[in-house]
Amino acid sequence: MNLQLLAQINSFLAALVLLTAFAMLSQRKINSLVTLFAWQGLFLSINTAVVGFVAAKHHLYISSLLTLSIKVILLPYILHVLIVRLKIRKEMETIMNIPTTMLIGIALVIFSYHLTAPVREMSTLITRSTLAVALATVMIGLLMMITRKHAVTQIIGFLAMENGLFFAATSATYGMPLVVELGVALDVLIAAFIFGIFFFHISTTFDSLSVEQMESLREDN
Amino acid sequence: MTKPLHLILIEILQVVIVIAAAPAFLGWVDMLKCWLQGRTSAGIMQPYRNIAKLFVKDVVLADNASWIFRITPYLVFGTAVVVGSVIPIISTNLFLAPSADIIVVIAIFATARFFMALAGMDIGTAFGGMGASREMMIASLTEPAILMAIFTVSLAGRSTSLLHIVQSFSNGALVLRPSIVFAGIAFVLVVIAEAGRVPVDNPSTHLELTMVHEAMILEYSGRHLALIEWGSMIRFFLFVTLGIACFLPWGIASTDDAGSIAASVFFMVIKAAVIGVVVVLIETGLAKMRLFRLTEFLGAAFLLSTLGVIAFFILE
Amino acid sequence: MILLVLIITPFVAAMILAFIGDRKVAPVINIFSSFLTFLAGIALAVEVFRHGQFVAGGKFFFVDAFNVYLSVLTAFVSMTTAVFSRRYMQREKDHGKVGHTRMRFYHAMFQMFIFAMLLCLLTNNIGVLWIAMELATLSTVLLVSLYRTPNAIEAAWKYFILCGVGIAQALFGTVLLYFAAEKVIGEGGEALLWTNLIEVSGSLEPTVLSLAFVFLVVGYGTKVGLVPLHNWLPDAHSEGPTPISAVLSGLLLNIALYALVRCKVLVDGSTHTHYAGNIMMGFGIISILVASFSILRQKDIKRMFSYSSIEHMGIATFAFGLGGSIATFGALLHMLMHSITKSSIFFTVGHVCQMNQTQEISRIKGLFKGDPFTGWSLMLGAMAIAGMPPFGIFTSEFLILTATIKDVPLLTPLILIGLAVAFAGLLRKVQYMVSGDIPSYFKQLKTARTPVILHMALVLALAFYMPAFLYKWFQAAVELLK
Repeated sequence: MNLQLLAQINSFLAALVLLTAFAMLSQRKINSLVTLFAWQGLFLSINTAVVGFVAAKHHLYISSLLTLSIKVILLPYILHVLIVRLKIRKEMETIMNIPTTMLIGIALVIFSYHLTAPVREMSTLITRSTLAVALATVMIGLLMMITRKHAVTQIIGFLAMENGLFFAATSATYGMPLVVELGVALDVLIAAFIFGIFFFHISTTFDSLSVEQMESLREDN
Repeated sequence: MTKPLHLILIEILQVVIVIAAAPAFLGWVDMLKCWLQGRTSAGIMQPYRNIAKLFVKDVVLADNASWIFRITPYLVFGTAVVVGSVIPIISTNLFLAPSADIIVVIAIFATARFFMALAGMDIGTAFGGMGASREMMIASLTEPAILMAIFTVSLAGRSTSLLHIVQSFSNGALVLRPSIVFAGIAFVLVVIAEAGRVPVDNPSTHLELTMVHEAMILEYSGRHLALIEWGSMIRFFLFVTLGIACFLPWGIASTDDAGSIAASVFFMVIKAAVIGVVVVLIETGLAKMRLFRLTEFLGAAFLLSTLGVIAFFILE
Repeated sequence: MILLVLIITPFVAAMILAFIGDRKVAPVINIFSSFLTFLAGIALAVEVFRHGQFVAGGKFFFVDAFNVYLSVLTAFVSMTTAVFSRRYMQREKDHGKVGHTRMRFYHAMFQMFIFAMLLCLLTNNIGVLWIAMELATLSTVLLVSLYRTPNAIEAAWKYFILCGVGIAQALFGTVLLYFAAEKVIGEGGEALLWTNLIEVSGSLEPTVLSLAFVFLVVGYGTKVGLVPLHNWLPDAHSEGPTPISAVLSGLLLNIALYALVRCKVLVDGSTHTHYAGNIMMGFGIISILVASFSILRQKDIKRMFSYSSIEHMGIATFAFGLGGSIATFGALLHMLMHSITKSSIFFTVGHVCQMNQTQEISRIKGLFKGDPFTGWSLMLGAMAIAGMPPFGIFTSEFLILTATIKDVPLLTPLILIGLAVAFAGLLRKVQYMVSGDIPSYFKQLKTARTPVILHMALVLALAFYMPAFLYKWFQAAVELLK
């Protein structure tokens, strides 16, 4: 395969990652959100493998497999089990209406593009242009956490941010050293364990997983 | 370019094809839909029969109908024919194509829509005004989206001229462009809205709560209605061919000999047939949306087309 | 070798404690392993004192004057906290606030937290630094929600989400840092090693590092509790068990600041401007002002002291940002003093809350009469933390103010206002709590006095006499951070 085609595949996958980020931002149904998250992980995993092939970095294959197993299979599965167990079936409430969120999302993409300009200019890697997408994914994950009032959506936003960070590492530097990648994956796993416990705590204490009820700790109380 | 007679012939051929094939395309779509829903279809020729029937009927005009009401059917039909003469459908060597670029095409469509809305309000019935206001609401949402999609294509083709876009795409090597994919999906969504298909509008009902396009033309009859219906069919067909020209331009003839023109027509028929299948699949897969959910549907189209522009700058 | 003992002990202890569960020996093991960690820390410090900085474990670990002093501090405070928590948690258990499973969890996670902090301090790899920082957050999240009250869960959730978001920004900054380093050092793990980075910091690309620092300051700044990224801090401190508040406030904030300062040194080396310092000074000033005014409005005793932590972290951040030998020296001293004083205050506050069975300031009264030891230790602790002479914080604040007057005189009034407001706010509220009559619900309890006395004595002693070795450490650290 020639390099140019691989570069195109790479940027195409980046576009798909961005698209899934936006789709998650616009999604109301929680099950679809989990599915979209799994898709994002899948695109990311394929992308990592492609980059690993292009750059002949074998440790990226490990990262790719790790992403596949954790973010595509394990985490969506855990989330799904939690959703079934905790009987979360409702549509999500959003703080802002969705078109406004989308516009903010677009603004964030442009912002990321400008922010990463110095890096793009200095880099010689074929993946350099996808760094902006990676940062945008991080920002959109953040936006999702802010605009949703549900614990599960907040967690998915958090995990989407993690996806973006992983993507950033792949596109800026062909991946962090393996020890760091493994450590980050471990942290994500522990985080998954913790939010799983948390969902149970929140739903037993508050009767639902909406974060809206958690507003007693304020400065004016 | 040295044989203007050739070019004029091709041009005339294209216009004739557009006018003649548009009802057939709609008939194809309706037929597929019937099949998918397990009904017996009226056949691909049914739109022709409808138009013929309307032409022999008398025109009934409301007392207070103004010149706008009377002129609009001709305008709708006329603009559709004009657009049909500038989009490269069967050949890129079109006589009239250099006279208008892609933005003009959109503007001409918008003009026709504007007169439709005026005509809808002209008589002063409740349904006409309601349809017009809904139509304009949809228009205000589709037009930014379609322009963004077209900007993406123009950026990638380095020109707003349709001829250049078609040439640069069909001659260049196959490049995987995320921007074009985004713009293409956005374009499909917009075309569904523009052509008044499900889930934006349902062309086959006159249900007062949901109809948009039908509400506007409720007062028309006879040949006026025939022209408007025909114009709408051409418009739908033209949007499809515009999509073909922008996103699937392979096969459009760039030489003048009869063989390549014939091949080009053949490809056009195949592509239009396939697009018809896609449209039907979308239509049967989705339910008609509430009017206020449309902002989200078209917002998604706008988002996709904007992402297309952004992806062009970021990734290409 | 010593280093390995220092790192491994808490980890092994965490495993053991998770295994044996809530037995009588669990707190003892907790204390014992903390003590062992402390001894190892001392031994390591002696080694650094004798031979200077070194790398170990295939460049994986790196010890210099800066992190060894924080390691000893971490080991010390966690040891005293373990002593304090034995009786405290026993009483919470008796009150039925926590069960067996949660006690097992508490002990294991406490040691895990110490392990994460020590790893954070001693690792040479800034990627691992990030991972350890995240681990420190994760290990404490469920400790904050230990009581499972709605408020505790809310606080822990906020802590989890906000710190998660913050720390994610820091990872992005680390990626950018790696990107810049890779150009100079070459690919692979070598490019993330602090010892390599500091050598080539002059040739790292300044624009990328400036960008990276923005993300790093947001990320680690969230964990330091810098305003406006501080929202999680008062909640997490006030709703968690008191020993956890003590270590969060006394240690975790220090560790985060440590990470930030490490990054700042790199960025300074690359940009040759005062860019990073200015950002830190800005965050510092805002934190001082906002936190000190917030103290005035607090109704919950633990929240009040956690705002005081934000204020002091603001002072230290400001001083590190200011740079120069006096300010840096002051900042190092301030981190030490604040950590010791604040953890001692939280011990006392824990006692106070248990005696009054409330955290509300308005319901706490008459401590002087009810339990003179606790009353006085609260009063003295508040005086110390407010910066009254002769306590150690006065010394460090004095140093920092001197440097401010010399370098940026215009900012001095702002800091002074912050300090004065915090002083007034703290002492007024503490005054109210210690004086007056004993309320009816007051119940005198046996308190763990040793940690409190030890801490207060240290704070007092260090103000009058700074041992030569400490002075030398600080000087060496100041040199490193120049």
